[in-house]
Amino acid sequence: MRAAMPAEARVGHPEPGEPMLSVEGIALRFGGVQALAGVEFTIYAGEICAIIGPNGAGKTSMLNVLNGAYQPSEGTITFKGRTRRKMHPRVAAMEGMARTFQNVALFKGMSTLDNVMAGRNLKMHSNFVACLLPVGPSRAEEARHRAYADEVISFLEIEDIRNVPVGRLPYGLQKRVELARALAAEPDLLLLDEPMTGMNRSEKAEMCRFVLETKARFGTTMALIEHDMSVVMELSDHIIVLDYGRKIADGTPEEVRNDQTVIDAYLGVATEDDA
Amino acid sequence: MEFLWDFFVAPFLDMIEYPTFLGEVAISGLLTGVMYSLVALGFVLIFKASQVFNFAQGAMVLFAALTLVGLMEHGVPVWGALPVTAIVMVALAFAIERGMLRPLINQPPITLFMATIGLSFLLEGAGEWVWGSNVKALDLGIPSSPVDVAGMLLNEFDMIAALVAAVLVAALALLFQHTPMGRALRAVADDPQAALSLGISLRTIWIIVWSVAGIVAIVAGIMWGAKSGVQFSLSLIALKALPVLILGGLTSVPGAIVGGLIIGLGEKVAEVYWGPVIGGAIENWFAYMLAMLVLMFRPQGLFGEKIIERV
Repeated sequence: MRAAMPAEARVGHPEPGEPMLSVEGIALRFGGVQALAGVEFTIYAGEICAIIGPNGAGKTSMLNVLNGAYQPSEGTITFKGRTRRKMHPRVAAMEGMARTFQNVALFKGMSTLDNVMAGRNLKMHSNFVACLLPVGPSRAEEARHRAYADEVISFLEIEDIRNVPVGRLPYGLQKRVELARALAAEPDLLLLDEPMTGMNRSEKAEMCRFVLETKARFGTTMALIEHDMSVVMELSDHIIVLDYGRKIADGTPEEVRNDQTVIDAYLGVATEDDA
Repeated sequence: MEFLWDFFVAPFLDMIEYPTFLGEVAISGLLTGVMYSLVALGFVLIFKASQVFNFAQGAMVLFAALTLVGLMEHGVPVWGALPVTAIVMVALAFAIERGMLRPLINQPPITLFMATIGLSFLLEGAGEWVWGSNVKALDLGIPSSPVDVAGMLLNEFDMIAALVAAVLVAALALLFQHTPMGRALRAVADDPQAALSLGISLRTIWIIVWSVAGIVAIVAGIMWGAKSGVQFSLSLIALKALPVLILGGLTSVPGAIVGGLIIGLGEKVAEVYWGPVIGGAIENWFAYMLAMLVLMFRPQGLFGEKIIERV
């Protein structure tokens, strides 16, 4: 029944400003490549935290470590007060972490609504047999979840494509459906992997608005990876900079902007990661 | 000249002249096709949900039929033997998940394919070890006498079998399209990584699809077993399902059904009308010939997803 309670009542739910998630000494290697080494940082409840860095800095790897898609060789992950050696994607989801992917990972054959409903998968409790009955508690439950899914759909202004198979949608809308699917899980921590890649200026502006409205309306803590610096500066309360798998800066946008190491990392290797 | 006439004209004249006979041939072909569809369906379910090409599907059919017949030979009535067999197949799904899929998680598809070859030997061996390797007759008490439908003589058993298969397919369609569990299954089939990030348990999904494939194997096993006796060769009907999969597409449930029907219909009609012209036995190779043509012109099958490799 835990999932039915409001987010505030959950055990170990951090108040705004308290640590939501922190990592310590994270190391990850692929064969001979050290993707991450000794990374540590804390994401605080209620903030939008941007993880930035040149290409190949290990940003997506870091996000994958956070939700358990990758398992680090060293280090610990503390999420909502509970410290683990490694995460598992299912455990992460059950504990209130949701994410989007760099290359849209939607269920292409399914409609927008079904995708968003799939995001509520962990909130559903009806058993297998009850699901097959045309009436009864599972129908009522389904209707309740559908109402919530529709709320998220109208929040993100995608009612028009509610019943369209997502495979047919343009890229920008697919990104928005993916955000809707993640929000449908009512996450405490939302990980966004390049939510604005491949978008034009007006689509980006729209996405920024949705990210800010999400924070205002649901109080969701967010960690996002983004390359567009103007977007990062506009959205984030807190910026973490990675370079070659190490953290080189961590602070407010103001601090990071004026940090000499960061400027060097971006300008110094610009020819390598410009591609 | 005479050959060309016999090959290209005479069969069609026969069809027009005796439409009732054509109807009988076509329907009996479709009814056989339903049984091909059922075997192919087992493949598709497992392939969609776990990207495993389950070579052991035929062995599962044999194993299910052997268990059912074995129980009945020991005096268990049909209505008791059926649920027990179903429980055995579900237990098998749990065992496969625990013993095969879980240890081989994240292995390349070819490894899992090899594992299913091993599984097929294991199932064939275990089935014959427990129940013996003699040919067993499966008598469900359904008569296979011909009945008259609109002037056509049709086999009663075939019709009941087709009806059962249709009900099974409808139930599966309902399960997949209209339940949260079906949604989770489709989600895993579309993008396992994203499904995992939503907290969908891959293990549960695997157990469910292997159980469903096991239940489908029971139905297929009963149908084929009742026709040709329960024996080792039952596991070879999986070979007949391969052209069905190629025709329908490996990832499509409707494809498996339509593919099975087309092959059943095509081979029967070809056998009856063109068999005498070229000396018969068309039924033995028709399906494979058709599969080859499909591979040449539409490799993804009629309903399959087109695989585009981005370079």
